[in-house]
Amino acid sequence: MEAGTFTPTRASRAGLRLPGLGAGLGRGMVVLYLSLIVLLPLAALADQSLAQGLGTFWDQVTSPQAVRSLKLTIGASFVVVLINGVFGTILAWLLVRDRFPGKAAINAVIDLPFALPTIVASLILLELWGARSPVGLDIAATQAAVVVALCFVTLPFVVRAVQPLLMEMDREMEEAAASLGAGGFTIFRRIIFPNLLPGLGAGVALAFARALGEFGSVLLFAGGLPDTMVSSVYIRTQIESGNDTGAAAVSVVLLGASVLCLVLVTLIQRWAVRHDRAPDKFIPTVAADPGGGTGS
Amino acid sequence: MSANPASRWGLRVLGLGYVGLLLLLPLVLIFYKTFEDGIAPPLDAITSPDGLHALKLTLLMVAIAVPLNTVFGVGCALLLVRHRWWGNSIVDAVINLPFAISPVVIGLSLFLLYGATGWFEPALAEAGIKVLFSVPGMVLASIFVSLPFVVRETVPVLQEIGTEQEQAASTLGANAWQTFWRVTLPAIRWGVAYGVVLTTARVLGEFGAVSVVSGSISGQTQTLPLFVEKQYQNFNLPGAFGASVLLAVLALATLLAMNLLKRKEDA
Repeated sequence: MEAGTFTPTRASRAGLRLPGLGAGLGRGMVVLYLSLIVLLPLAALADQSLAQGLGTFWDQVTSPQAVRSLKLTIGASFVVVLINGVFGTILAWLLVRDRFPGKAAINAVIDLPFALPTIVASLILLELWGARSPVGLDIAATQAAVVVALCFVTLPFVVRAVQPLLMEMDREMEEAAASLGAGGFTIFRRIIFPNLLPGLGAGVALAFARALGEFGSVLLFAGGLPDTMVSSVYIRTQIESGNDTGAAAVSVVLLGASVLCLVLVTLIQRWAVRHDRAPDKFIPTVAADPGGGTGS
Repeated sequence: MSANPASRWGLRVLGLGYVGLLLLLPLVLIFYKTFEDGIAPPLDAITSPDGLHALKLTLLMVAIAVPLNTVFGVGCALLLVRHRWWGNSIVDAVINLPFAISPVVIGLSLFLLYGATGWFEPALAEAGIKVLFSVPGMVLASIFVSLPFVVRETVPVLQEIGTEQEQAASTLGANAWQTFWRVTLPAIRWGVAYGVVLTTARVLGEFGAVSVVSGSISGQTQTLPLFVEKQYQNFNLPGAFGASVLLAVLALATLLAMNLLKRKEDA
């Protein structure tokens, strides 16, 4: 648009056009970038997993070690989201409704797992709960270690998904329930919990997706024994022993499971928006979530 | 909820106890363990040639991946929010993928694409370009894992500011670049900055994806997180802890930056 003319163009009505280039060219560049960085490598992965046919793919996925690792990964992830679902909700409640000294610091520390490199997490968990444990509790290289490591990396997902819902929740409903004689637990069960459900669901699904693929934090702490080998560690052992097809096949399964979790998150959000359970600010796709997983 | 004192204290003990055991205790311990025998052992490890090289390589990853993903992220967010297109939902879904994919799977994908049996092998070999077990592959892995952050943090801010000011600027004769630099960018800057902080933290700490494509060769293709693992495997605990503390300090700086930026964003 020429300076000085005051005819609103299509651009001004639509808001800012991408500067310097038209939307078409911009779209082209976005698609190209995503294809080169994300889609092409994933296509190579899918290609390799089927390189020797569907039969081999199936054999690789159902090999005893692969099945064992997948079972452990999924089982541990369930336990972890259950634990963090409970403690994450308690923490969100404390951070929103309670007052205690050091609250701001605790609130900041919740994001630590997003910021701390996972290999560092693994090293300190090993130091704290391993053979040199200062409290004499050695769970290194056990399945409990897998659970603890995954609890560490996924805690922020639940807290940060529940927190905004609690903040925006209307206290009047609770007061009404209390005035009608409902006790604390009844109020939680009948009023608070149903209102938190969309956030809790989204947070738990994100945490589950993260737990399925977690690698660094589990590596040193839980190790690669047959009993404690999660799928991501199994995939690396297969790469190292030159079994590219096996690694790719298990990767595709893992990838499918995590994508399913993301779809679930999207569905939960749509449902929440439709039922107006979600306050305006609640956009917790991986979006509003501060991190979605840092370090690994 | 008008919780009675007993259940209030119960929840406090449970919640804070959990955070203390799971997050705070490890954080304190790492500093204690590192400086248990003074500052010399961890300092020596970091300032060893391999340690310094790892630090430099880590910073190089940040220097390449963060600007690329920032420019892409802001441009992509503008397109997603301000321009209707049938492909937007697909672009949106693809951007979320790196969050869902295991870092090892990301590494493996790059390993297969650029490896000996990969699609690009003949062309790359002819051009004499080495992607795997060298810096380009590690950069690609870093870009992949940290791709979503800037887009994810910028989209909601763009939605929130609306288009009125941009329209006003445009009506007063500003061209698209002027509108972007003088109106849009100042309005979204804290959101973008938040995304940049998260991107940086992720690139600094990335382990799984980089470990698969780099081969972790000391002094050549080792970033700080890979250096931590190698030092641990070589039973050089002061080295592993020294590098870990450096990364932990960077993580704490990230937390601080996140908190400051969030306050600016809310203000």
